Amino acid sequence: MNIIVCVKRVPETSEAEITIDKSGKDIHTEDLVFDINEWDNYAVEEAVRIREKEGGTITVVTLGSQESQDTLRRALAMGADGAIHLNDPSFLGGDPYATAQALQAALKGKLFDLLLTGVQAGDDGYAQTGPILAELLNIPHATMVTKVDIDGKKARIHRELEGGLEEVCEIELPALLTIQTGINEPRYVSIMGIRKAKQKEIREVLIKDLGLSPEQVSAAGSLTELKELFLPPTCKVAEIFKGSPDDVSIKVIDILKEKGGL
Amino acid sequence: MSGIWVLIEHRRGEIREISYEMLGKGRMVAEKLKQELSAVILASDAKAYVDKIKKYASRILTIEDKQLEHYNALSYQAVLSALAREKAPTLLLMGHTSYGMDLAPRLSAALKWPLATDSVEVEVSEGNIEAIRKMYSDKVNARIGFRGAKNCLVSVRPGSFPAEIDAAYEGEVISVTSSLTTEIQARKFIEFVEAATGAVDITQADILVSVGRGIGDAENIPLAEALAQALGATLSCSRPVVDKKWLPKERQVGTSGKTVKPKVYIALGISGAFQHVAGMKNSGAIIAVNKDPKAPIFNVAQYGIVDDLLKVLPVLTEKVKALRAA
Ligand SMILES: Cc1cc2nc3c(=O)[nH]c(=O)nc-3n(C[C@H](O)[C@H](O)[C@H](O)COP(=O)(O)OP(=O)(O)OC[C@H]3O[C@@H](n4cnc5c(N)ncnc54)[C@H](O)[C@@H]3O)c2cc1C
Ligand SMILES: Nc1ncnc2c1ncn2[C@@H]1O[C@H](COP(=O)(O)O)[C@@H](O)[C@H]1O
Repeated sequence: MNIIVCVKRVPETSEAEITIDKSGKDIHTEDLVFDINEWDNYAVEEAVRIREKEGGTITVVTLGSQESQDTLRRALAMGADGAIHLNDPSFLGGDPYATAQALQAALKGKLFDLLLTGVQAGDDGYAQTGPILAELLNIPHATMVTKVDIDGKKARIHRELEGGLEEVCEIELPALLTIQTGINEPRYVSIMGIRKAKQKEIREVLIKDLGLSPEQVSAAGSLTELKELFLPPTCKVAEIFKGSPDDVSIKVIDILKEKGGL
Repeated sequence: MSGIWVLIEHRRGEIREISYEMLGKGRMVAEKLKQELSAVILASDAKAYVDKIKKYASRILTIEDKQLEHYNALSYQAVLSALAREKAPTLLLMGHTSYGMDLAPRLSAALKWPLATDSVEVEVSEGNIEAIRKMYSDKVNARIGFRGAKNCLVSVRPGSFPAEIDAAYEGEVISVTSSLTTEIQARKFIEFVEAATGAVDITQADILVSVGRGIGDAENIPLAEALAQALGATLSCSRPVVDKKWLPKERQVGTSGKTVKPKVYIALGISGAFQHVAGMKNSGAIIAVNKDPKAPIFNVAQYGIVDDLLKVLPVLTEKVKALRAA
């Protein structure tokens, strides 16, 4: 079983103050903490677990700046065998279609049984790259996967639907699956582990190695255009209780008495 | 050809709410662009759906095929891309749901038509369609353009638009022959399964004390449990808390968990992602505790506390206990 996992380095934004930069099309990232995309962390773990049962190799691949190497190292420390880094500035700034085109070019001709991505990237939240890549590679796909059982040349998978419902599907391999959080418990990686993984190879790929023209990648190769970023207008603002924990607790109890029959 | 299309979403014989939300928005866009509004229904037997949708669109395009009984990315994409290529709608609206998230990107790549996913607004500017979507934990809006493409796809975040009620079309039904000639083998629907249910039913609670990733560690869960106990409330949570196995799935609020409507919902360290908010926004009163004043949860909460929940929680619990004892 040869498995490829797409991973992306993303900033943590749920707890951070986000500001828009001069270009109006990007955010300031200097003060943000970056890590592997949460969904991709589950995908790497799932690959490692499948390999434990089925044997084979795991290759992780990313398209991103030099710093994305950290993300690959982390995945290697989790157990991936090798890594591919699409490390060329001309790849950057594309929409999911352009990103998938570059990933497809890098994976073309590689023999694999499973290709895993995250359901979505925590920064842009497009949730597109996986299914587009499956279409470009002409293999079947399933998104929001919460369970994978390999059965010879097929996989039996669970897909998450709304309201706690799941759908069981059978999919022929090779296939692309987008992995949902909670499918497993990703292992902890230590600094030591990452240091050890330095012995594993990261293959760097430039645009010329893939036979792609600049028109096929980045903004030029995109179907969409990000025209501007702006802060959402505040539609409704909560009444904020100010003061010490004692003060705010008294106010919360008042609300509970009024609304909750305390 | 042209036209605004809405892909009707159904599951187990029921039309899903997102369909009506898209029909409402679709009508507005169609009126602005002076184009026809069509509803597209893929099913094994479309009749029951057609009856329900007829008054919401001027045309109803149906494709009936046994292979379309249950949603399947491959069969749906095959018939939909053939239909779209032939009739070339200006805009196809789909839900940003587990159905549309599975189908839309692949369809976009097959047609080479641009796609904006998870959109909360569809605008028409100088005759061009643009979408507004959320990024960076819902803290930033992005305006997406389609680079002059004649045809585009937009997937719509559930709950972004009110469900259509005003339309009074008498939809003309156009039945289109399915383009599927062979049985799709590469992906097959097997069955539906319900996530395991447990003893606790969070939908019945009057007060929910709900914890998010901001609780920090499994070790802190008892702090929230103590407050719930003091209040006679039930403990619920956001998805990461379930993913980390700090609480069981039956406690999860949101699109992939449960929809709740307690008298009071206390959100502790929950950022307010739409998949969470969709499950609790109709609560009687929402009180949020979050250390980030910009957290989107404060857009749905009536009351807020901007502080470390680990500081507030023990004090609040003690005060409630004291009140109860008095
Ligand atoms: C297909 C799909 C389905 C999903 N379904 C669901 C669903 O059903 N339910 C659901 O909840 N999510 C769901 N999600 C996940 C959702 O997108 C968010 O990732 C999730 O809701 C975030 O949970 P959170 O708010 O607890 O964590 P985060 O977004 O990480 O937010 C944590 C918050 O805690 C605050 N905080 C941190 N420390 C403290 C402290 N000490 N004191 C006070 N505040 C603090 C931070 O400021 C932050 O706002 C789904 C996602 C997908 C893709
Ligand atoms: N630059 C990238 N390099 C490698 N994989 C990516 C990249 N961007 C997105 N992906 C993969 O596609 C998934 C969905 O991303 P997105 O479509 O941006 O939401 C991620 O979870 C990754 O697995």
